[in-house]
Amino acid sequence: MLTILFDGVAYGMLLFVLAVGLAVTLGLMNFINLAHGAFAMLGGYTTVLLMQRLEVPFLICLPCAFLVSAALGAFLERTLYRPLYSRPHLDQVLFSIGLAFMSVASADYLMGSGQQNIQLPEWLKGRTELGEDPWTLGMGHYRLLIILICAVLTIVLQTVLTKTRFGSQLRASVDDPVVASGLGINVNKVFLLTFAVGSGLAGLGGALGAEVLSIDPIFPLKYMIYFLIVVSVGGTSSITGPLLAALLLGIADVAGKYYVPKLGGFIVYSLMIIILLWRPQGLFSRGNK
Amino acid sequence: MMHAPKSNQLELITTSLNRRSKIKPIEIVFWVVALILPVVLPSHAMMISEIAITALFALSLDLVLGYSGIVSLGHAAFLGVGVYSSALFAKFFLADPTLGLLVSGSLAGLLGLICSFTILRGSDLTRLMVTLGVALIMLELANQMDWLTGGSDGLQGVIMGPVLGVFEFDLQGKTAAWYSVGVALLLFIFVRMLVNSPWGYTLRVIRDNRLRAMAIGVPVSKILISVYTFAAVVAGIAGGLLAQTTGFASLDVFAFDRSADLMLMLVIGGVGWLYGGIAGAIVFKILQSELSAVTPQYWMFWIGLLLILLVSLGRERIKGWVTLSFLFDRTNAGVVSK
Repeated sequence: MLTILFDGVAYGMLLFVLAVGLAVTLGLMNFINLAHGAFAMLGGYTTVLLMQRLEVPFLICLPCAFLVSAALGAFLERTLYRPLYSRPHLDQVLFSIGLAFMSVASADYLMGSGQQNIQLPEWLKGRTELGEDPWTLGMGHYRLLIILICAVLTIVLQTVLTKTRFGSQLRASVDDPVVASGLGINVNKVFLLTFAVGSGLAGLGGALGAEVLSIDPIFPLKYMIYFLIVVSVGGTSSITGPLLAALLLGIADVAGKYYVPKLGGFIVYSLMIIILLWRPQGLFSRGNK
Repeated sequence: MMHAPKSNQLELITTSLNRRSKIKPIEIVFWVVALILPVVLPSHAMMISEIAITALFALSLDLVLGYSGIVSLGHAAFLGVGVYSSALFAKFFLADPTLGLLVSGSLAGLLGLICSFTILRGSDLTRLMVTLGVALIMLELANQMDWLTGGSDGLQGVIMGPVLGVFEFDLQGKTAAWYSVGVALLLFIFVRMLVNSPWGYTLRVIRDNRLRAMAIGVPVSKILISVYTFAAVVAGIAGGLLAQTTGFASLDVFAFDRSADLMLMLVIGGVGWLYGGIAGAIVFKILQSELSAVTPQYWMFWIGLLLILLVSLGRERIKGWVTLSFLFDRTNAGVVSK
């Protein structure tokens, strides 16, 4: 049972890294980006290609995936996303669905419709078991690594957002772009950087999760709803909200699939609707904006 | 401070409102052409039927999205309920199409009524998530209840009786085409009357400024519940038609692509305008059959590109070129509020 909990936490952490970029664009910049999964998929494919074709070690693939996705994110932000910040939500939804569709078809064209798997290095394949039988805690080393990386990332992000100069600039730009630029903050640059980092993190998540999430062309649509759940349930006022929501979702999903495999998705979606009806602004947000 | 409008002002308002609801000659031409088309192009009869059904489905979303300003990504839920209920009804109870449509419409309406309480609160994002979630739950349900729905294999062998007890469904699909266009026309007339009624104007008031609508005493929640339920009924009937004319029900009617495609159609044609959905459905279906013939696998790519272009260049502008909308009544068109 503890093993399921552990796997759930690992899965939740992974979802958090994947979705945290969305939490920023959607939560802070108020842009509904349904194409977020495309950046994650890009990261996943980058890893797959690097490992299969060039035999690059797994750990070096991770920063590469981050950089590739971040670069694409920056490029798209500059060219396509920026004019849409001030547009109605309907436009943003349509635009990002279009982008997601295009990424699905392109991935299918370039990589084939099959699932891509990666070969994990030997030292990640092991498994450590602790405790006695009903309470055995089996920790796969790979999942341990996921938890570790994600925990570090969370702390770094939280620190950057709350403690650094860039964090304050970002919060100022979000609260009131006009005043922020009046104070000499280059709002466009702040948004560009934020968007790129968000996309990069999604790419990193895709790379990290290449083994558990199975990278295939419909990835952006398959996981879109999960990212959105993390952000909308977690609320958008802090980093900890999405983190807790991601953990909750990860544990609920893993446990649901283990105990009642037939009703897995059903439970998750129903929970989401109930939570959103109960607290439309998100579970962990403090009051209305 | 409030004073009643003078009589000549009243007259002006009345004529202005009446002008909008007046039937234009071009509309009659359009529907006559639609009804004659199965004879002229018998080889495309199935496609005509499909377009009519899709247009009806788009009409339903237009009521919710265009007229009431509720962004919904899960409208396929109601279509799917309509499809499965009429298919099952025909298979296990009665093969009469008209009764089947009534069953589809009422079951979808029931689901719409239940769901309508979920769209009253929250932001656009919340509504998006909730509507999407409902569609996903329905998909999951239909998938798991395979003893009833056939699961991922789909539900086959739906044999329909003759329409109104007289017209048998033929292989070519002519009856199907007339049946679909006929039902679509009847519902369209009804919806047209509705949106030009005081109730229809209240919808637009709520869309444009909900706070002010509340302030002048519009029962916002009640109106939204009624429009959502009604739209679900229309979508359910569209689903019923789909199952009856194709004799088949499969899980993909609940899929996310359906809701997204529908939104695209509506946007191509123009939201908040009754012919928008119809125009969009026609353009979309023709595009789909042409592009799929060239690259069946990558149809999604072109759809995505179209969406991006549409948004980046501005919906309002493109809509004008594509649909020649200046020929129709455009006075009701409005931009969906934030």
